[in-house]
Amino acid sequence: MDLFEYQARDLLASHGVPVLPGGVAETPDQAEAIAREIATPVVVKAQVKTGGRGKAGGVKLADNPEDARARAQDILGLDIKGHITHKVMVAQASDIAEEYYFSYLLDRSNRTFLAMASKEGGMEIEQLAVERPEALARIPIDATTGVDTAKAAEIVDAANFPAEVRDQVIAIAVALWDTFVKEDATLVEVNPLAKAPDGTVLALDAKVTLDANADFRQTGHAALEDTAAADPLEAAAKEKNLNYVKLDGEVGIIGNGAGLVMSTLDVVAYAGEEFGGVKPANFLDIGGGASAEVMANGLHIILGDPAVKSVFVNVFGGITACDAVANGIVSALRILGDEATKPLVVRLDGNNVDEGRRILAEANHPLVTVVDTMDGAARRAAELAA
Amino acid sequence: MSIFLNENSKVIVQGMTGSEGSKHTQRMLASGTAIVGGVNPRKAGTTVDFEGATVPVFGGVAEAMKETGADVSVIFVPPPFAKAAVIEAVDAQIGLAVVITEGIPVHDSTYFWAHAQGGSTRIIGPNCPGLISPGRSNAGIIPANITKQGTIGLVSKSGTLTYQMMYELRDIGFSTAVGIGGDPVIGTTHIDCLQAFQDDPETEAIVMIGEIGGDAEERAADFIKANVTKPVVGYVAGFTAPEGKTMGHAGAIVSGSAGTAQAKQEALEAAGVRVGKTPSETARLMRDIVG
Repeated sequence: MDLFEYQARDLLASHGVPVLPGGVAETPDQAEAIAREIATPVVVKAQVKTGGRGKAGGVKLADNPEDARARAQDILGLDIKGHITHKVMVAQASDIAEEYYFSYLLDRSNRTFLAMASKEGGMEIEQLAVERPEALARIPIDATTGVDTAKAAEIVDAANFPAEVRDQVIAIAVALWDTFVKEDATLVEVNPLAKAPDGTVLALDAKVTLDANADFRQTGHAALEDTAAADPLEAAAKEKNLNYVKLDGEVGIIGNGAGLVMSTLDVVAYAGEEFGGVKPANFLDIGGGASAEVMANGLHIILGDPAVKSVFVNVFGGITACDAVANGIVSALRILGDEATKPLVVRLDGNNVDEGRRILAEANHPLVTVVDTMDGAARRAAELAA
Repeated sequence: MSIFLNENSKVIVQGMTGSEGSKHTQRMLASGTAIVGGVNPRKAGTTVDFEGATVPVFGGVAEAMKETGADVSVIFVPPPFAKAAVIEAVDAQIGLAVVITEGIPVHDSTYFWAHAQGGSTRIIGPNCPGLISPGRSNAGIIPANITKQGTIGLVSKSGTLTYQMMYELRDIGFSTAVGIGGDPVIGTTHIDCLQAFQDDPETEAIVMIGEIGGDAEERAADFIKANVTKPVVGYVAGFTAPEGKTMGHAGAIVSGSAGTAQAKQEALEAAGVRVGKTPSETARLMRDIVG
């Protein structure tokens, strides 16, 4: 989960990273009130989970609380690369003497953590990495030993930070590591890490990504979720513990196993080229069980998507036997009753496939078509959605 | 021959007494795996009755190895306790630790992988179905009755696509099929398996299944170009996955322009790997080679 800047900033501050005073506002009134509490001038920043806010007019300076109110009025509702601005952060503005960069992230390729640091911050780090790779220090971090003061000094020195900020940046590097580990983050990035004219080093913007697998021990993280922006179908699926992602096509997809479902989407899109560009409407992995209840819940979500014109149920009976899946489909259709209105193409293969197909043939449900192969079933489902 | 697992493998199960652990221990036993023990400190000294076998429970991995000569551990321990379970297996110097558990925080898997460096344990997984050398041994949750012993080696990030491919090519059979898992950090990679299959005289050809996220497939492509002389066919899932969305597996995510299926397919094809558009087409490509 990616956090909003204000959430990332609060998280960093709670681990001892220095930030400027500020708060988050959903209305111009709230923005004005925050500006009254902190020293002006303030900066009013759109809270959207995408880059390029400044260029899009989402970051404005305000000299006084009334001005902050007017700027918030301008920014709230702004569409930045498809993200609508529902909140602004109002923070004390700081003059900047120098801009640096610092991050910790998961380095998948090398199966380790990586610190990246540069005394040339402010710009997009991808751009810096390409244009001036020598200016970006990249130091692998052993997960078993982490970052203490000595390791932080190694990173800071590798990036050639100026001597007058060295101790401050080392302390910040340790605090950022504390955030990274204790919050189960996969990214903690501060850009810019800025030196104010008085020499104080501060985190002026932050990005944090949290690992959803750690939710069981990070009980505070649920509150950080942006439930307002969630797709309603995705939210409903989550409530039923279904692994569902909304897409923009017409063929509803249910399958078992993440890889098989991803493959099913591709095979449907491939088959759909023949029928005017029909595409998959969603990703839904019902896992190994495929019980009647899970199948009914899954169908309920998919049939709740008005864009869906046909449904493709693609199950390989590995651990689950196909007869159990077939019974699940028949019972699910009984549970759904009149709600089931779209044609269902079912492909079963693997354990007890003959018995599974017999059960579906016997039930003879008017909406259900059984096709033996995955490619053939995808083609049929695409055709029905065209 | 086979890779990583054979008829002499002696397998213990960490988390054998839990519901998943006991269900799959029964299945592994039924497929002929030598299950020699389970590990649960709270039930040490007891036994568990399965159909056709009574399996002793030990207090720890080291003790189980000492008493039984076990060299493989299959781990079903739930996410909050998985890190400690893997570290215990590594510290006991077991040869192979197969981590089935889904949902382990990546800080924990990165930690236990780092901890295992320089040690004698190969880790497979986490979030994987394990591996099977058909007719010999089965360590994990891969259904044993899909296929038989044969000459194809298979390495895959996905469980059900592994089963699908084993089924499509069931008449030819497999030396070993390895599900390496769909997490961002995993122990054994495509490259490790490609190297082992290249070195295994029984394996004639290799199927490699990848999916979006990371650059493991691109790295595997470079490795194939330089080191693999046996024919390889490939399949990549996730061409239609939108940017920034996790597709079921924690590691299956396209970030910006990185980790796309398109890039992976191109890298594999540039290395001489024939890549199928669908799982069935991939199976047909393999049939052209070994059929």
